[in-house]
Amino acid sequence: MSLVVQEVLRVGLTLALLGVVFGGGILLLSGWAASKRPVNRLADRINDLLPQIQCAKCGYPGCLPYAEAVASGERADLCPPGGRETAIALAELMGRPIAEPSETMATNTVAFIDESKCVGCALCISECPVDAIVGAERFAHTVIIDHCTGCELCVPVCPVDCIDLNAKVAHA
Amino acid sequence: MSDLLALFVGIALVNNFVLVQFLGLCPYVGTSQRLETAIPMTLATAFVMVLTTLLTHSLYNFLLVPLGLEYLRIIAFIFAIASVVQMTEIYIRQISPVLHQLLGIYLPLITSNCAILGLALTIAEFPLYEAMVYAIGGALGFGIVLVAFASLRERLQSETIPRPFRGTPVALLAAGFMALAFAGFRGMG
Repeated sequence: MSLVVQEVLRVGLTLALLGVVFGGGILLLSGWAASKRPVNRLADRINDLLPQIQCAKCGYPGCLPYAEAVASGERADLCPPGGRETAIALAELMGRPIAEPSETMATNTVAFIDESKCVGCALCISECPVDAIVGAERFAHTVIIDHCTGCELCVPVCPVDCIDLNAKVAHA
Repeated sequence: MSDLLALFVGIALVNNFVLVQFLGLCPYVGTSQRLETAIPMTLATAFVMVLTTLLTHSLYNFLLVPLGLEYLRIIAFIFAIASVVQMTEIYIRQISPVLHQLLGIYLPLITSNCAILGLALTIAEFPLYEAMVYAIGGALGFGIVLVAFASLRERLQSETIPRPFRGTPVALLAAGFMALAFAGFRGMG
């Protein structure tokens, strides 16, 4: 009985020691890494305000590159998915005057799938960053207008060119 | 010296981790679709192999053997490997973001690479210098095979292959033929 207890204790203590050593090592190292990283960069705060759908409509390859560009002086109203709210939030953060929506934002468009041409390949579904396209393979797809940000990412992947961008129609 | 050379060639070719011992098959199939993923994976694996060999070898000989707890080696080694990989990732991200981006997801993936655990279990009772030679040879062998297989699969993509064999089946067939070819090294032993 006491032998079993001894063995269990030995194993338990050894594993606990390993856990403390390795866990402590990781903890120390990540603490060190965190202390080296500049905290609360302006670009990170801007990045937090962006919608993170990486549509690249702003002309930058993704949200973080755009955030870095804004931090170093780029216009803050180039994000169509973010819309006017994002532009205002960014302008407030940067202490800049709130500008009128730029041209990219004024053309507030949504995708439209011509269901008579759609072949149901589902390529656009996996491309959509906001899951605004419904449908399944070999069935015609359609766009949920309320979710679509008009990022146009689905247009180039469509093999039959059945996706158009229409002006967003306000509906009740 | 010639013993060490035999050990080195032995693990790199004759007893190759992937094609003879069938260890580390998941990165072998998973990261071999393109050369540009195979090469970072090779580098990351080699790096971790050498580092974990040092750690697990001393863990085994200086902690588990004196305590008479050799039977804990699998769990202790997995512990050590996972921690080393994690620490390496944190360190690399801090020191060289470019290298971190290059290795990308492959670094954390190595935690579950059974070639690393197999290596650690094999070399636990070797003298340290033999263990290091074995680890470097094993890493080299893994690299050779992975890069060769990735080149093969890149070529396969431009071939006309019967429809049922396209994709994974033909890759697995190719892997099988590579293993057959490596069986030829048996004669060297």
